[in-house]
Amino acid sequence: MPLIKMIEIMCTGLSKTCAIFFLTLLFSLPLGIIIALLRMSKNFIISNIIKFFVSILRGTPLMLQLLAITYGPYYLVGISVSRNKLIPVIIAFSINYAAYFSEIYRGGIESIPKGQYEASEILGYNRSQQFLKIILPQVIRRILPSITNEIVTLVKDTSIAFTVSYVEIFTLAKQIANSQTSFMPFIVAGVFYYIFNALVSFSMSRAEKAMNYYKI
Amino acid sequence: MNVLEMNNIKKSFGENNVLKDISLQVKKGEVVSIIGPSGGGKSTLLRCATLLEKIDGGEIKYMDEKVTYYDSKQKLCYNRNLNKFRKVFGLVFQNFNLFPHYTVLKNIIDAPVSVLTMDKQEATERALALLKKMDLSGKENLYPCELSGGMQQRVSIVRALAMQPDILFFDEPTSALDPELTGEVLKVIKQLAEEKMTMVIVTHEMAFAKAVSDRVIFMDGGVIVEQGKPEDVFENTENERTKQFLKTYYSNAY
Ligand SMILES: Nc1ncnc2c1ncn2[C@@H]1O[C@H](COP(=O)(O)OP(=O)(O)OP(=O)(O)O)[C@@H](O)[C@H]1O
Ligand SMILES: [Mg+2]
Repeated sequence: MPLIKMIEIMCTGLSKTCAIFFLTLLFSLPLGIIIALLRMSKNFIISNIIKFFVSILRGTPLMLQLLAITYGPYYLVGISVSRNKLIPVIIAFSINYAAYFSEIYRGGIESIPKGQYEASEILGYNRSQQFLKIILPQVIRRILPSITNEIVTLVKDTSIAFTVSYVEIFTLAKQIANSQTSFMPFIVAGVFYYIFNALVSFSMSRAEKAMNYYKI
Repeated sequence: MNVLEMNNIKKSFGENNVLKDISLQVKKGEVVSIIGPSGGGKSTLLRCATLLEKIDGGEIKYMDEKVTYYDSKQKLCYNRNLNKFRKVFGLVFQNFNLFPHYTVLKNIIDAPVSVLTMDKQEATERALALLKKMDLSGKENLYPCELSGGMQQRVSIVRALAMQPDILFFDEPTSALDPELTGEVLKVIKQLAEEKMTMVIVTHEMAFAKAVSDRVIFMDGGVIVEQGKPEDVFENTENERTKQFLKTYYSNAY
């Protein structure tokens, strides 16, 4: 198979790789904030339940979680596995990444000086104004480098979707490699991921620069 | 009329009784300074007055309205609508606590606009006028990190004033500043005193306290040891503890 044909086939998986990437960010970034706030809840039971789930999500392979979410319902209650694998893939990825993000958010929230809360409280901001206007923007500024690390990992992790035969780039590479007995498809896939991540790093460093207009 | 009334306030942190039955009334237009040794409970008193800490006993009133009351079981309760009282007072912190991600102007107008629902145009005009008065014209589009400590503290005073409080609290407003910057901050507070702004000022600047106050309170060990006109407390005190404090203070100062 000529290289150009190989690239052409693999490009059909690009949209699916991008779907995993963007949908996961779309859901996990806000979900991470909610998990972080629940984790920091004064309610001992809530915070400990969240702590437990986060430790499981961070302490077991994403691949295992993906298998559990895709096939678990079939083994547990006999619901047939849906043909559209995008939904379980997005659920598994979003929950897993939200768990990682939540710990980053928590560190960021805890690093904001108490005075910022007190000053905004005195000025009469309500709880949600205080969080959204005063605290969160400063948190985001502080945690952006750590978020970038996770996003770079996410680009590479999208390949894990191959375990449930979701036909993204890596799954295609594997299929072609098997049928052509060639290593070339994996090299092409590697180049794909590398370029993808170069774009991610570029955009994130732009974002970091844009937020650098004030000192902490 | 008393803007603030604190009666028989008690506050402890665990075993540490920090405020022991303290009462403080502040009349409209009055300037009260609180002096005293470290750990005497001055900050705690301000933090209780500004609702950052909850009192364990006693009563707080603003403009004759009760912030705290005792229910039928004699349990101390806070009024449900504390934000109503937060409109009455402002607090200037020792370390400014400006919002670093907002410009000077946004620091000042954001709360009036989003909390008091003031018109943005109007809030901006007021802010610019206040900045001019505080000798900060032209700084409105800078970020706090681009200002000196003295300027930051003056901005934080403007931010508090922009909420049009009936009473303003200061907790050691110049303690975090280099000595050469304290003057500019004390000057604007003096100016506010001349305009009859009601103020309670915790300070270690004795000369300033003497010059600016209608009344000076000497606080130590969680009680008011002595209070009176500045000249009575600073010059004619009969109280041994006050004498001792002023003596160590002046010997440290020189
Ligand atoms: N949040 C807190 N938790 C426990 N103890 C506290 C807390 N805040 C203050 N204290 C204690 O209360 C006492 C009075 O402290 P406070 O800060 O009110 O004194 P101060 O008169 O303002 O002193 P300084 O001149 O040093 O500012 C101190 O013993 C302090 O350790
Ligand atoms: Mg203090």
